[in-house]
Amino acid sequence: MTTMTDNINQIKLTPKDYSSGLEVKWCPGCGDYAILAQIQKAFADLQLDKSNTVWVSGIGCSSRFPYYMGTYGFHTLHGRATAIATGVKVQNPKLNVWVATGDGDLMSIGGNHFIHALRKNIGIKIVLFNNEIYGLTKGQYSPTSEYGKKTKSTPYGSVDYPFNPAQISIGAGATFFARTADRDLKHLGEMIKRAAAHSGTAMIEVLQNCVIFNDGAFEDYTEKDRKDDNVLYLEHNKPMIFGKNKDKGIKLNGFTPEIININEGNNSINDCWVHDEFDTNPTRAMILANFANIDGFPLPFGVFRDFTKPSLEENIHNQIAEVTKQKGAGTLEKLLYSGNTWKID
Amino acid sequence: MAKTTKQVTDVTIRFAGDSGDGMQLTGTQFTESVANARLDLITLPDYPAEIRAPAGTPAGVSSFQIHFGNTDIFTPGDTPDVLVAMNPAALKVNMSKINNETIIIVNTDSFDNKNLKLAGYETNPLEDGTLEGYQVYEVPITSLTNHAVEGLNLTPKEANRCKNFFALGMMYWMFNRPIENTIYWIEKKFEKSPNIKEANISALKGGYNYADNNEIFTVRYDIKSGDLPKGVYRNVSGNEATALGLVTASIKSGRELFLGSYPITPASEILQALSTYKNYNVKTIQAEDEIAGIATAIGASYAGALAVTTTSGPGLSLKTEALGLAVMTELPLIIIDVQRGGPSTGLPTKTEQADLLFAAYGRHGEAPIPVLAAKSPVDCFWMAYEAARIALKYMTPVILLTDGYLANGSEPFKIPNIEELKKFETTLTTISEGFAPYARNENGVRPWAIPGTPGLEHRIGGLEKENITGNVSYDGDNHELMVKLRAMKVKNIAKDIPELEVEGEKKGKLLVLGWGSTHGAITEAVRNVRAKGFKVSQAHLNYLIPFPENITEVLNNFEKILIPEINTGQLAKLLKAETNIDPNKIIKLNRIKGIPFKVSTIEKQILTILGD
Repeated sequence: MTTMTDNINQIKLTPKDYSSGLEVKWCPGCGDYAILAQIQKAFADLQLDKSNTVWVSGIGCSSRFPYYMGTYGFHTLHGRATAIATGVKVQNPKLNVWVATGDGDLMSIGGNHFIHALRKNIGIKIVLFNNEIYGLTKGQYSPTSEYGKKTKSTPYGSVDYPFNPAQISIGAGATFFARTADRDLKHLGEMIKRAAAHSGTAMIEVLQNCVIFNDGAFEDYTEKDRKDDNVLYLEHNKPMIFGKNKDKGIKLNGFTPEIININEGNNSINDCWVHDEFDTNPTRAMILANFANIDGFPLPFGVFRDFTKPSLEENIHNQIAEVTKQKGAGTLEKLLYSGNTWKID
Repeated sequence: MAKTTKQVTDVTIRFAGDSGDGMQLTGTQFTESVANARLDLITLPDYPAEIRAPAGTPAGVSSFQIHFGNTDIFTPGDTPDVLVAMNPAALKVNMSKINNETIIIVNTDSFDNKNLKLAGYETNPLEDGTLEGYQVYEVPITSLTNHAVEGLNLTPKEANRCKNFFALGMMYWMFNRPIENTIYWIEKKFEKSPNIKEANISALKGGYNYADNNEIFTVRYDIKSGDLPKGVYRNVSGNEATALGLVTASIKSGRELFLGSYPITPASEILQALSTYKNYNVKTIQAEDEIAGIATAIGASYAGALAVTTTSGPGLSLKTEALGLAVMTELPLIIIDVQRGGPSTGLPTKTEQADLLFAAYGRHGEAPIPVLAAKSPVDCFWMAYEAARIALKYMTPVILLTDGYLANGSEPFKIPNIEELKKFETTLTTISEGFAPYARNENGVRPWAIPGTPGLEHRIGGLEKENITGNVSYDGDNHELMVKLRAMKVKNIAKDIPELEVEGEKKGKLLVLGWGSTHGAITEAVRNVRAKGFKVSQAHLNYLIPFPENITEVLNNFEKILIPEINTGQLAKLLKAETNIDPNKIIKLNRIKGIPFKVSTIEKQILTILGD
């Protein structure tokens, strides 16, 4: 849940107010700068209460993120950010708890905590900076690197297959999943705001360019001349259309998606799959997630799914309230004198 | 026939049977009856690692030992005065624990060919001379129980399951205990199944009357009421006491309790107990793994909780990386290691003290952490409370060592006077003026500024901190300073803990020094030796890192220091590393068998040294 400052007389915070003022030390040209700027801008748009906001991160280039935010921040252990953030959120559900993480941090060393955070639907927002490479350790392949990728640790090409973050997230029960890119500034900001409004675990995959070790990995989705044909922007209740000329559509034939030209033959916009973000059945979201694995298919950007079910912290606090109602609030006397006691005098 | 009553001061009984025979329940009921008679006691269950080992085999034997009396009781007893063996396997696995003064009560009905074979007996030990020289009471418990429950329309299986109450009835007669409490308990427990209720009561009374009327039982034993200090008591196991201590600390400190934990033997009962205290605002998370157990606790601590993680040795191994983070970020945190036999899966249901050096030093980098240890089941309450006090006052992780023996053993707990509990101090702050995350107070402790506090927004993390500002710093001089500041903070805790006390003469030939759960056995051994007219003193460490300030002074007053430990000599090593005492003084006494020390083992060693 998002806590906004309720005092309208308060001075309006600007994006700069969400900066810690610390010198940012990512490589020049790194996609992380754009993500930082868009998050600060989105927070200013939402007027998020700085003192009620915590950024938790693991280890990796992206995990330096909390140092640059003017909120509370906790730079923790490799892979453990989601678990530590879980403790923060359960202890104080009023806090807005955000996690900055990378593909190695979240999906390799932190894989277990990641899937369990989604399973439990803990109310934290996870911003995955996916650059498909290990940057801080200087260029080894990551669990999202494509098969056959040549890196310093795979000089003859990687021999294992990548994770698809959307598929894992949806498979693990994510109540919110969105994809965006570092260079898609406006869209990135929108996704941050959507995540801020979500009550359970909100998972955002940001395709992020590593200018040193994996430069241009996402150009197909970010360069002006190619992007329109390669990205499908998902919008709730809208038919799925993409392409420079807005002439290509996605049709769902049973469980099989097909690309159609909506201006040719018998096809029309009415044949297109209409996106439903609030569908609680994960099947369609999983079909969308699989687009990344099908040659020639556009990569969906936007909110794959967004539905509400009670979060972990709500469940914990509701149970505490319920039991307290039944048994009465505990006191030291009640505690120590419970069970079978006897007196010696 | 005539029955005689003997007065005794203390008795040890061991109930043993198949896992399905209800021996733990029998033991617990007997314990309550003894506790109600105001006697002191210690109990120790001993059950197999396998949840359902094959019935009738030695692997499936479950035992429960109780030592009770009207004097101070410190151990569950070396050798049972009475062994109740419900089947051949129970007799077989307990033969090594008894001597020829032990009265053995056997269920003769179970000594049939099938059960003898399952137990691995080629011939019947009741007939082949195995028990020659022992006092054996042969009782056909199964058929007598069946007889007692006749007419209640029970299935043979249901009737058979009542036999533990028959055995309990016999023990109540033998030790002159009333049966009313147990009848009341049965009535409540089986309220919804009147047949089973009646059957269990009949079996209990049947056992009592059988012992009263049968000529096998010629002697009954009587123990006059005890002289425990005045007060209200309850019986607690070490794990229950730990949970109570933590909740008490939470209430007294005003910090909500948070537990992040992953189930592991023998620590799981703490997680289970704390999960029941929801109306005390206790939050528990059964985490996805040991790492998440401590990670969620660190997160909760950062957010202002009294945060705890509980585990045993293998779990502590997994948590050590996170301990480094807790040290670096100087957050309050309690880590409870209920030690078990290791390494690896080792002896998961057995006890050991072999994690001491791991707790003291087992981390990457220079990462000092206070280490405390509980010395009895009840002491788990006090040390859990003390661990919380130190963690909150000094903004530091604290490791509390207990062990499988303390965790499962139980004894009467004198409920403390709430007003007398130590007060808590914290460095919680809400004042933004002059705030610096790594500024330190007179104790070298940084402020605790929790998220949600306006104006105190700051960043912490695992990277080295610049002194005072807490900004990331790679400066070598700063790193050295910070390493020293962190070490100094922990070292200074020695000024805030009780001095090491000596029982007996403060100076002399021999001091027996222990830590943790060996306290009971050492105490009885030292008392026995002193009763024989020898001079020997005793001291026991609750604080291992840092040691009490006067430790060197105390130890230098003795010619020899005997250190009994259930490991290969870890306290002895720690003393050599952390004090200036003459290492030639130290005599080690080590047993690593997964069981507590026998009093006699320590007693013999003391006498040997004094005789030299």
